Amino acid sequence: MTATAIAPTPVREPAPRTGARHGPLRHAMTLAWRGIVKTIHSPEALLDVTLQPVIFLLLFVYVFGGAIAGDTSTYLQFALPGVLVQTVIFASAGTGTALADDLKTGIFDRFRSLPIPRSAPLLGAITADITRYATSGVIMLVFGAILGFRTEAGPLAIVAALALVMAFAFALCWVFTALAMVVKEPRSVQGIGAMISLPLTFGSNVFVPASTMPGWLQAWVEVNPVSKTADAARGLLLGGPVAGPAGTALIWAAAITLVFAPLAVFLYRRRT
Amino acid sequence: MNDSVIRVEGLRKSFGATTALAGIDLAVRPGSVLGLLGPNGSGKTTTVRILSTLLRPDGGRATVLGHDVVAEAAAVRPLVGLTGQYAAVDDSLTGLENLTMIARLLDFSRRDARARSAELVERFGLTDAAKRRVKTYSGGMRRRLDLAASLVGRPAVLFLDEPTTGLDPRHRNEVWDQVRALAAEGTTVLLTTQYLEEADQLAEDLVVLDRGRVIATGTPASLKAEVGGQLLHVRPLHRTDLPGVATVLAELTSEAPAIDPTGEVTVAGSPELLRAVGDRLDVPIAELGLRLPSLDDVFLTLTGHGADDTEEEEAAA
Repeated sequence: MTATAIAPTPVREPAPRTGARHGPLRHAMTLAWRGIVKTIHSPEALLDVTLQPVIFLLLFVYVFGGAIAGDTSTYLQFALPGVLVQTVIFASAGTGTALADDLKTGIFDRFRSLPIPRSAPLLGAITADITRYATSGVIMLVFGAILGFRTEAGPLAIVAALALVMAFAFALCWVFTALAMVVKEPRSVQGIGAMISLPLTFGSNVFVPASTMPGWLQAWVEVNPVSKTADAARGLLLGGPVAGPAGTALIWAAAITLVFAPLAVFLYRRRT
Repeated sequence: MNDSVIRVEGLRKSFGATTALAGIDLAVRPGSVLGLLGPNGSGKTTTVRILSTLLRPDGGRATVLGHDVVAEAAAVRPLVGLTGQYAAVDDSLTGLENLTMIARLLDFSRRDARARSAELVERFGLTDAAKRRVKTYSGGMRRRLDLAASLVGRPAVLFLDEPTTGLDPRHRNEVWDQVRALAAEGTTVLLTTQYLEEADQLAEDLVVLDRGRVIATGTPASLKAEVGGQLLHVRPLHRTDLPGVATVLAELTSEAPAIDPTGEVTVAGSPELLRAVGDRLDVPIAELGLRLPSLDDVFLTLTGHGADDTEEEEAAA
């Protein structure tokens, strides 16, 4: 792009652009602010990333917990870090759906006609959602503590566990964003999303340790990034190995982002 | 026409098998309002979307202030504002937040963004609603906010795609006043409309599109003149006098006048005829006068069909 060209016949003076900090992320941050303000205006938007995981947690702890782990409090310790991961997987499909809906509204035409990077609306939407997920993660931990979840971890380890889960969510959001760019109907993101998120969550060690599963399934659970992220979160919150699973989880997150973020932006550009 | 702000040459665009633009040319003079007039599906929206860099043409060339809309899209975007058929504002933000967001995206500092938003809110009469979410706005308020959002960056060129479609007459007049004010300040405006009256009210130059082709260009007056001369119309106060009035007109013009269902008698007219009719008629008259053909008459003559009877398939991109 040659941004050096100057309008030959400027009819009027260009807009004053004083005090602007120029950076590739500035526009995305403004659009993330948009998403966060939306959530503040209608906090019920937080419900879907809070109520559903709370129900999942209650369901698994009190319905299946006794059968899986012998007693519910042991199971709560095992399951809560995993439910944090499961929550963001289900929620990131929602990011795609919301974006597909948003694309149909006029506001995206506005964004396209503005002199901002094409990636900004996507990165902005995802950043806002990650903020939402982090909020819901904190709510989940508090709710878990009320149910009896006990952790010896210091504040730093808790923040690290949440950050790791958010890194995975960030990567997954790009997958669903790319999906949102190709579907005709926003609802399809939900349907196709379930085909991605169900094997990811239930084919992992989030709810049940892999040792009871058949060999082929264990092989999948072993490579599933969800298992690695859940393992790392458990390690950070409950003690146990951290570096190994966290390293693998971060490599997964980086790899998924590297593939799907450029793909999503490419597909978004192509829509115009 | 080298000083044109907008130049379009042989612009073509198809969507699958549908040809939206079959090669159109147009030029817009600096500081003027050009009306792009045509029924649904004639290619108006496609033209505006190409000019505002939202859509790539299949062929031809378009420049805005000398910048090619495809090769130099990034240079075009800061110069133009777009108000589409559907309000391009965020329903879940307040009016003020919408404007501040756009200002920030245009690299205004926080302080400047706030100041510019407050200024626009005031100018568009939205001060009372500024802190309410757009969801609660009426159709007219949304359009005004949308127009304000297009103007945040003080664009030199403004595209208005059917800015008053779906608005009631009062709100339509509000939008018209704003467009006139902008044009008076020197903004170059390209306006699409399917309302002939709107083009007549706002545009100095007209380009008439039909099925992706330019079928006429000119001023509203020249297009009307092209279609035919003046018409004389008489409306008696009492409908019972209609036959008598028609007889008088028939005697004076030796042609049968047209009587329309609303109680108006029309014949091809001239100032002399007007005087003669005024002298002869001795019944109470509600209306008597000369007028140019309406743009509706123009459209019918140019295309062989009215402005409303084409199928609705405006290519939505």
